[in-house]
Amino acid sequence: MAGYVVNATKRALEEVQDYVRLLGQIARGLTSRPIYFRDIVEQFESIGLGSLTVVLLTGTFTGMVLALQSGITLDQFGARSMVGRLVSASMVKELGPVLTALMVTGRVGSGIAAELGSMMVTEQISALRALGTDPVRKLVVPRVLAGIIMVPVLTIVADAVGMVGAWIITTTQLKVAGSVFWNSVTMGLYIQDVWMGIIKPFFLGFALVTIACHVGLRTKGGTQGVGRATTNAVVAGSVAVLIVDFLVTKLLISLMY
Amino acid sequence: MTGTLTERERAMLEPRTIEESDDPVIVFDEVSLAFDEKVILDRVSFKLLAGRTKIILGGSGVGKSTVLKLILGLLKPDGGAIYVNGRRVDELDEQAYMDVRDDVGMVFQEGALFDSLTVRENVGYKLFEETAIPIDQVDGRVKEVLGFVGLGEYLLRMPSELSGGQRRRVAIARALAARPKILLYDEPTTGLDPITAVTVDDEIIKLRDLEEVSALLVTHQLRDAFYVASHEAVREGDAVKCVPASPKKLAETSIVMLKDSRVLFEGTLPELRASADPYLQSFLS
Repeated sequence: MAGYVVNATKRALEEVQDYVRLLGQIARGLTSRPIYFRDIVEQFESIGLGSLTVVLLTGTFTGMVLALQSGITLDQFGARSMVGRLVSASMVKELGPVLTALMVTGRVGSGIAAELGSMMVTEQISALRALGTDPVRKLVVPRVLAGIIMVPVLTIVADAVGMVGAWIITTTQLKVAGSVFWNSVTMGLYIQDVWMGIIKPFFLGFALVTIACHVGLRTKGGTQGVGRATTNAVVAGSVAVLIVDFLVTKLLISLMY
Repeated sequence: MTGTLTERERAMLEPRTIEESDDPVIVFDEVSLAFDEKVILDRVSFKLLAGRTKIILGGSGVGKSTVLKLILGLLKPDGGAIYVNGRRVDELDEQAYMDVRDDVGMVFQEGALFDSLTVRENVGYKLFEETAIPIDQVDGRVKEVLGFVGLGEYLLRMPSELSGGQRRRVAIARALAARPKILLYDEPTTGLDPITAVTVDDEIIKLRDLEEVSALLVTHQLRDAFYVASHEAVREGDAVKCVPASPKKLAETSIVMLKDSRVLFEGTLPELRASADPYLQSFLS
């Protein structure tokens, strides 16, 4: 039993050590040459445009269901007209960033881990190094950049379509006038809320992509290992998104409110 | 445009001849490596001379592929010293190793071609991505090396559209494209049928005899080791044929046998055949 605990602790520490080392390599890759611009553009397209559909659907339906639920609750206080305020605050500050990051983790995090994992087990990563290419600069840095930039963009898209979804439900189901809804939306949002909704996704995007890359680059054991890496990337990435969201929210509240 | 290229980039574009000499291009000096409790290599020493080929033979799991990974800096030894082109490399960091890898090409066990790139992009990868050589000149070099391995028509194919033997030959072309001084082959015929394996062996012989590339060939297939050691490539008009080797050529290819993490035998093919060592005899039978 003691041996198992020692081994598990050793493995966990090695994992953390490798992750920290990867972060150092990413920092070096971001600040020095060579920079693989074509790969960066490809990853922006893959992570950003590729995730658009799932983010549009998630944002729209989250906004719609939020309006429905808020309507029921607010009816108890005769405050149905305040639906916009509740939806905007929830979407912009919390649900937009977190749900977008979780969706991107499911779609992109799993993809990154599977792709890098397959490259590991088929020695393509070793081949890259043998050909004089640093795999972190070529494969990880473009993905991290795309994650950092595109997750906030996707979050703004999710927020916007969430509002539109909520507006559709509010006007058609709850029979609240559109002007009342939009007025309520602007009344409920403070500039700090908007900043929080924009700043958080940078951290979430960074966390989910670096974890997926880390898991992918540690893949061992053939196709079974690739499957395991994919699952681990999604699980670890999703948990990390929620933890980072909490920590950054706490930090931003202490700084901005 | 070519005027802005570095000396190394210009060398990648121009034919090169290596004089055979007694200068070693690779030296393993008492190299040891262990993973946890398992000893992989125990004080292994050998030299590869310029323009020669050395074949590392041994059963599965004796550390043959590890030797190649150590040379390429993909692994670090626990003890001993490794020299590549006269430079001690086992203490270099990843960044410093990039220069060493300019002189070394590697053919991986299953080819390790990049799935998402075409044959052209795979073969020219290093020249496209890591040099400032103009694209038309890279394309010229890619066609040249693909022609050398007999796959000139396969430029735009994806790796998934190639047979196992074709993938290995593309991998050889990729390793060759930047004109490395040393080529490392990691079980290049594993999983291939005997006839296809001979086509890959022929490429190894052609590279050794016509391009005078120094090579380290790791294999557990006696058939490949014997074929490469006992044949030489000769030009007959425009064609190249592999014929039984002359005594001089026989002496240019040596064999290292690994057993229990150590070097059991080092010598030429005739010396291997003449050895009375019981393990060697059982391996050869």
